[in-house]
Order: sequence, then C-alpha cells, then structure tokens
Amino acid sequence: MKTRRIYLYTRFERFWHWMQALLIIGLGITGFEVHGTYTWLGFQTAHMWHVRFGWALVALIVFAAFWHFTTGQWKNYIPTFERVGVMVRYYTQGIFRNEPHPYKKSELSKLNPLQRLTYLGFKLLIAPILVTTGLLLIYYNRWPEWGLTWSLGTVSAVHLAGAFLILLFFIVHVYMTTTGHTVFSNIKAMLVGYEEVPEEAVAAAD
Amino acid sequence: MTTDKSRALLVGLLVGVLAVALGLGYGVRAGHAAASRTDAAAVVARPAAEDEETSTADHTKFEELQREFANATEVTQACLECHTEAAKQVMSSTHWTWEFASPTESGETWGKRHVINNFCVAVTSNWPRCTSCHVGYGWKDDTFFDTATEAQVDCLVCHDTTGTYKKFPAGAGHPAYEPKEFPPGSGKIWEPPDLTTIAQNVGRPGNKNCGACHFYGGGGDAVKHGDLDSTLAAPPKEVDVHLSPEGAGLVCADCHKTEGHQVPGSRYAATAKDTHGKDLPVSDDNPTTCESCHGLAPMKNPKLNDHVDKVACQTCHIPAFARGDKPTKMWWDWSKAGDKNRGDHGVEKDENGWVVYHYKKGEFVWEKNVVPTYLWFNGKTTYMVMGEKIDPNGEVYINHPQGGPDDPNARIYPFKVFRGKQGYDPVNQTLLVPHLFPFNKEDTTAYWKGFDWGTAFEVGMKTAGLPYSGQYDWIETTMYWPITHMVAPAEQALSCNACHQPNGRLAEVPGVYIPGQSGHPTLDAIGWSLSGLALLGVVVHAGLRVVNRKRA
Repeated sequence: MKTRRIYLYTRFERFWHWMQALLIIGLGITGFEVHGTYTWLGFQTAHMWHVRFGWALVALIVFAAFWHFTTGQWKNYIPTFERVGVMVRYYTQGIFRNEPHPYKKSELSKLNPLQRLTYLGFKLLIAPILVTTGLLLIYYNRWPEWGLTWSLGTVSAVHLAGAFLILLFFIVHVYMTTTGHTVFSNIKAMLVGYEEVPEEAVAAAD
Repeated sequence: MTTDKSRALLVGLLVGVLAVALGLGYGVRAGHAAASRTDAAAVVARPAAEDEETSTADHTKFEELQREFANATEVTQACLECHTEAAKQVMSSTHWTWEFASPTESGETWGKRHVINNFCVAVTSNWPRCTSCHVGYGWKDDTFFDTATEAQVDCLVCHDTTGTYKKFPAGAGHPAYEPKEFPPGSGKIWEPPDLTTIAQNVGRPGNKNCGACHFYGGGGDAVKHGDLDSTLAAPPKEVDVHLSPEGAGLVCADCHKTEGHQVPGSRYAATAKDTHGKDLPVSDDNPTTCESCHGLAPMKNPKLNDHVDKVACQTCHIPAFARGDKPTKMWWDWSKAGDKNRGDHGVEKDENGWVVYHYKKGEFVWEKNVVPTYLWFNGKTTYMVMGEKIDPNGEVYINHPQGGPDDPNARIYPFKVFRGKQGYDPVNQTLLVPHLFPFNKEDTTAYWKGFDWGTAFEVGMKTAGLPYSGQYDWIETTMYWPITHMVAPAEQALSCNACHQPNGRLAEVPGVYIPGQSGHPTLDAIGWSLSGLALLGVVVHAGLRVVNRKRA
C-alpha cells in the first residue's frame, strides 16, 4: 500500500499529550495508594506526590486550554454523531476482516467521531470532575467557610469514580493506539508528529 | 524571532512552570496557613528559677514564720495572717470540696465524694486513707465538712518548695508528727517534716507538688491515669515535651493556669475542641487546651492542619501512654483478693518486679507504652455516682465519653480504657461501696482488717446511706481516662501512615472517612470489575485481530 507522511501533532500537542500521560499515570499510581488499594510508597509520600502531580496537571490544563483556543484546535473536538455507527461497525467487525479504516485522518481533521466524543467527554466531564473534587479535597478545611456541607466520604467517592473512568479510558485508549495503519504507527505519530497514512486516504479527505 | 525559536521558548517556559507547580504544590496553601501558625518554639519556656528571682517576698524573713509549729494547722494560721482570702478560695475549689457540678444534663453532683470507680472504688467509709490526698487536715469521717475551719486548709502540699513535706498516707491529710511506719509492718518510716523550714520556703507549685497526689492516683505511682506518673516530675523530652527541663520546661500550673486557687482543666468538664485558639495574654476560655498556646492551625504542613476539625491534637502527638519509667494499671480484679498464701505472703510479682497480685487488692495487669483507644469526645462524660443502677447484663461503664461524628464539638480523642472486676449487689443492681480501711484500731469490719467482703460491703453501703440486699457478686466494669499529658516531641508524633492504612489506628472509630483506611467497597468492586472487563475486552479484541490477520 502506498503511504504518505502527514504532520498531525505539533510540538506543543505532543508535549502536552505525553506530559499529561505521565501525570495521569503518576496520579493513578499515587492516588490508588492514597485510596488504600495497595501499599508501596507509604500514604504520606504517595499523598505528597499525588498533590504535586495534581497541581502540575492543573498548570498543564491551563496551558492546554490556552493552546486549544489560540490555535483553533478546539474545533477538532466538535462532536458529531454522524458515522459513529460506521466507526463502531469497523471496530467490532471490519477490523477483523482487514477492511480499511473508515475515517480518513488529515491535518485539518485528525480525530474520528469516536475519538471526538471520547476526548470531549474526557475534557468536559471526567477531567473537570477529578480536578474539582481533587481541589476540594486539598482545601477540605475551608468547606465550612465556602458554605459546603458535603461529607469527605462523598467527595472522595466522586473523585474515585472519576479515577476509575480514567482507568477505563486508559486501558481502551492504549489498546486503540495499536489499531492504526501498523501496530505502532499511532504511537509513533504522537512521538514524532508525523503519521504514515495510506495514500488514498489523504486523497479521500481532500 | 523565528516561529521555531518562539515555540522552543514557549515549551521551555511551560516546562519551567510545571516544574514550579510540582515543587511548590504546597506553597499556595503553606502561605495561606502561615498567617495563623505558631511555632511551638515561640511559646517560650519559663526559666525554672523564676520564683526566687521575681518574687517580691522572702518568706524566711517573715516574723510569723520564725517559730516552731506543733502541727500543720498552725502553719496554715500563720499563712492566713497575710494571705487572708486564700483559705476561702481553697475551700470553694474542687481540691477542697471533692465535689463537681456535672456539666451534663444529668444535674448530678460528681467529685470524689460522690462518684464510684473501679480502682479503690469509693472514698466513703475509707476516709483517713483516701483523704491523705485532700487539700486539708482531718477529714476522717463524714462530719468533716460540718466542722472544718480555715486552719484545716493544707497550704504546704501545693506550696512547699523543699520537697520534704509529705502527707502521711493514712493520716487524713496530716503529715506525720512523730516517726510512723507505713504500710504497717513494711519497716518504712515516715519522718515528721520540718514545718518551720518548709513554711519559710513556700513558693509556686512545681510538678512534684501536683504530682504528690496526681501521679499516685489509684493508690500508687502511675496506677490510674496512664499519662501521669512520677516520671513527669522531671521527664526526658521524649516522655513529655512540655514538662521536660530539656523541652519547654513548663510546670503543670502553666497550662492549669490557676486563678484564686481554682484550677482549670478538669476531666469532668473537658474542652474537646477549642475554637477560640490562643489564650495569651488573657484567657477567654479553658486555658488548658493545646490551642490556648499553639493556636488553631499550629502545623507547618497545611494538610496536617486540615485534621484539627475532627482529630484532637493528643491523638497524633501522644503516640502511646505510660511512656515514662512506670507501667500503668490496666486491669484490677478485686474478686481475687484475700489469698495470703499466694506468692510471697500474699504478694506476687511478675518478671519485671511489678506487683500482679496483692492479697488486699486482688489481681492486676500492668502495661507500658500502651496504644490508646480512640473515641469521639465532645468534652462531656457520663459518670456513675454511688447508688446508681446498673444493667448487669450489659457492659457496665463507670464513665463514658460523649459525642459522635455528627457532634460539632466532638473530636477523635485518645483514652486509656481501664477494666476491672468489683463488687455489686445483684438484687438492688448497684455497685457496692467496700469498707476497706478501718475507721480505727478496734474496727475489724474493714476488708483490710477482717477480710470478709460481706461485712465490708455491708458497712460500706451503710456508711454511704445506701441500701444493701446482703448479697454480693462480682462484675466487670469499664472506665475511660482521657489521655492528654505525655505529649511527645513533634518528630515522634504519629505519621500519616499510622491511620491512613487499611487497619490503621482509627479503624474502629465510626463515622469518619479516612483516605487509605475507609475505602468505598461498592465503588471499588464496580470500578475494578469494569476495568477487568475492559482489559479482557481488549485482550480478546487483540486476539481476534491476530487470528484474522494470520488467516488473511
């Protein structure tokens, strides 16, 4: 199959993605220890790093939000339900028959409808829940001052639920990277910025 | 500037910002908390020699004290010539009345005269022995308060600075006036103190003054409280950071800031959560709380300060009690008393030399470095008074701390739980007052003379004016002692991990969510199941892909 290289991910985007990945993995490892799932670093150390990673992620999110709006990249996340069925059919059937991917990536539109929905859910639902509850947990003793009467257990349960959603996302997301043109082509693209895509795919997108 | 260069600059800047965020995650909060923080070191210790240096009176120069005193009441009369109001003040204090109006809705009158416990059980009918710790002279029967005069106030037990004034253990508050043996047959002679020298060397109470009674509660060193024993007269810093000469060098009265002889800080009316903070220079509430000196957010790490709404300072800062030289009594079984053939003439010691059996008192269990029991506590406690009904089929609590997770005044607080077995009346369903110590030389009804429980309970209850069916049995009882002394240096406080782990120290405390310990079992089950399914799903999906690719 003839392929051609397209520049999908800018330097900032790649930096943002991998930094976010590291922080989320770090938050997961330390977070589940804070939760008491296992003992490795000890609660005190795990908690300390969990809070630091959390603040770092907040800082990263601020920069990323700025980037999304100044570069217009936010448009990649406009949701569409069009052809979602086609996507689902591909991943549940077509992929086993070596059918070509129904979505043709391009510089202008690099996320398929399923990615759009998932990432938007991640950005608008899961991340805000985790960041909000995380900040609340950090500022626990100021709740009365802010007029909040929630219980620590409830807020931490919401935080934990968010964490499990991220874990689910993580499992599926990592696996889906292997469903590209080759097993590692998606990961490679996120590392170097360029992705090898089938020649006709580009043509189709044009 | 080229686009590439400016991008590189932007990325560099971003990395820098993230690094700062990582390093100073706490910074934002630390700054916020700093305004309300006090370093413990800022609470300056008082130099030990202050009394001598700052007192405006030298008692050795007082004419009234240049004389021999036939007995201690004469010393008190001399004191009162100048300190005209002192006796009145003392006589209105708990130290004198041994009465305390309950702060609970019960409306009961507590204090040693009325409550019952599972140590020596009750004062009534045992006066001369028990009242050797009364701040007075001559309380040997229940007529004392009808006839007591100001001269019967004991100034010296609190104000002696020579360390030589000692109340005779069975003298109804008096010191020995001639050499006397106690315990009888022990060969230990109590010499009469030199009252003139002592009277000329009075001063502010030191740790040993308070300790003369409070270190020895329950009939011996360290027996009762668990956080008070003779080690605290001059403890190493690790045992008590406040009282240690190498620590803050404080004395008891620095926190139990006494005004007009009224000593604050009774466990009958504790402050479990001080919301006023520092009491310096003028106290606005109970001055004995930690917050009175350390403020409301005393820790450098703001996350630690997040605990103060639910967790008492003592919970983390007193990692164990009985950390001094002495073990504290944890169990006392009166029902086993009376066997003079056990051990060495009725006294048995364990390998540490601790008395674990005494024919007069029964069986004991002692422990050192005891991990406290943690309970919600709002400062109020129920207490059992003599004659109060018990439920012999349930747990019998001599006292019980009040408060729960939803009580805004309650915090998780450490306690010594003391259990024992004592006499009760199965017909009237009341704990029994035993007559232990003889009224006089002829009295054989006392248990420690006649060794007959039936008679001892009969006389004890009769003296207390309470009904007794004539039947007695033994029952287990429980008592709670709040742990608040023996504060360890900060570096020896409990670490986060002590509680924030699956079987942490507070695992038994209800109604509080402790990250790392409490968990969310249902949510965990759902979360891990879904994650497992997702993992299984991708593995199966990948397997199918591989199989189909090979086929193709």
